[in-house]
Amino acid sequence: MPVFDLATTELRALNASLHALDKNGENAEFEVINPRGAHAVAVGIDAPVDVHIKGSVGYYCAGMNETANITVHGHAGPGVAENMMSGKVVIKGDASQYAGATAHGGLLVIEGNASSRCGISMKGIDIVVKGNIGHMSAFMAQSGNLVVLGDAGDALGDSLYEARLFVRGKVKSLGADCIKKDMRPEHIELLGKLLSDAGITDVKPEEFTRYGSARQLYNFNIDNADAY
Amino acid sequence: MCGIVGLFLKDKSLEPQLGTLLSEMLVTMTDRGPDSAGIAIYGADQNNLAKLTIQSPDPETDFAGLTDELRAAGISNASILPKSTHAVITVAADQIDATRKALGELRPNVRVMGTGSVMEIYKEVGLPKDVLERFKISDMSGTHGIGHTRMATESAVTTLGAHPFSTGLDQCLVHNGSLSNHNNLRRELSHQGIHMETENDSEVAAAYLTGEMDKGKNLGEALTSALDDLDGFFTFVVGTKSGFGVVRDPIACKPAVMAETDAYVAFGSEYRALVNLPGIEDARVWEPEPATVYFWEH
Repeated sequence: MPVFDLATTELRALNASLHALDKNGENAEFEVINPRGAHAVAVGIDAPVDVHIKGSVGYYCAGMNETANITVHGHAGPGVAENMMSGKVVIKGDASQYAGATAHGGLLVIEGNASSRCGISMKGIDIVVKGNIGHMSAFMAQSGNLVVLGDAGDALGDSLYEARLFVRGKVKSLGADCIKKDMRPEHIELLGKLLSDAGITDVKPEEFTRYGSARQLYNFNIDNADAY
Repeated sequence: MCGIVGLFLKDKSLEPQLGTLLSEMLVTMTDRGPDSAGIAIYGADQNNLAKLTIQSPDPETDFAGLTDELRAAGISNASILPKSTHAVITVAADQIDATRKALGELRPNVRVMGTGSVMEIYKEVGLPKDVLERFKISDMSGTHGIGHTRMATESAVTTLGAHPFSTGLDQCLVHNGSLSNHNNLRRELSHQGIHMETENDSEVAAAYLTGEMDKGKNLGEALTSALDDLDGFFTFVVGTKSGFGVVRDPIACKPAVMAETDAYVAFGSEYRALVNLPGIEDARVWEPEPATVYFWEH
């Protein structure tokens, strides 16, 4: 297994090696040590590979990820897994603002807390946060699922489109057009699968409340034509 | 962007290393702002003495003979220690205002960067590495300090526009962000008699906190009021003679990471700034919450 020590190796060497992997090849395995808060660690991967990052990372770790499984054994800075397409990213510690922003697919698991704007403009990613999330999370979220085992901050799901938000703890406040919804059997089933994918076995889907779009904000309403 | 760092020592044995630790932290943040850099260091208290950190665009001319001229002007114990474009004038604690007045007459081009019993401020245009080297910050010891590297937005790239800003005895502030109501506030604070040197928004924040603390508030209470009265983006790190505070605006776009051990409390715009601190592997590391005041006191 290649080991990259970022205390002695340029970040670009690591990312170039990851980009050189064959997207149709065997599953590879990389280890990264001493990331020391570096930005853009393991970004833009498009191949089957397990990347183990031993330490905390800075901005945009695992951004644009496709296929790869990336685990950060530490905290992650702003924008972790931003614009991820597929694959899995696990943060063992906390994540800073806009984790999983604009991401189209894949699974992001944050074992600690995520701060503000978690899942902002998410477009299909599944995000599971074991701790709490900060304010303005899932702002303008378009599709995908955000699962929070702890509490959510202010203005959850503001201007939400079609993403599903599942929160087990308290929600400080809901954003514009975000409402509480019933947990139907298909949601229990979906949530059960998401929790299992995230390796969570001690929490039941029935403990969560579902939130989603009231679908009032962005629809053209003919009765209001004079106001447009 | 801008990069800010702060270090508040709890373990006295680290005090000789304060300048070195803070310098490493600030140099790591160079990518966040190359325009100017500055640092405030809180050193040992000298009984009944006070310090004025001054700056001159022409230090050779301005600092020459200044000790004698100040003494002749009635500042009997004045002594001056030049450091590049800055100098620290030590005077009796009750002679700060008299010294400021005498300086205004003797050396109209000299600017007072900060005053107090323990605080010294050094700031210049240029990269953090060069600015820190110029003032030999690594050799300095102290109890706490804050630093800033600037990407200018609200006022010109000048020495006076660099951070930290000091508007009260032993008080200083660094800012990442931009304020939107600073012109109104500047007028109000001027009416209260608080002096500001520049058109810079961050100096207004420093002056605002000075004004609140003049009303009898402690640092924590002054920072809480700032959340109501300051409009705009901010992450502030603030120092007082014995205290160290952090506050972020409610939107909290401007990044912040903190670390605490038994030996210190540290602040960085990014985690990268903290990685060389002793024992960081076992520190409690967290992101300060929006609209929440954090402060520590010795």
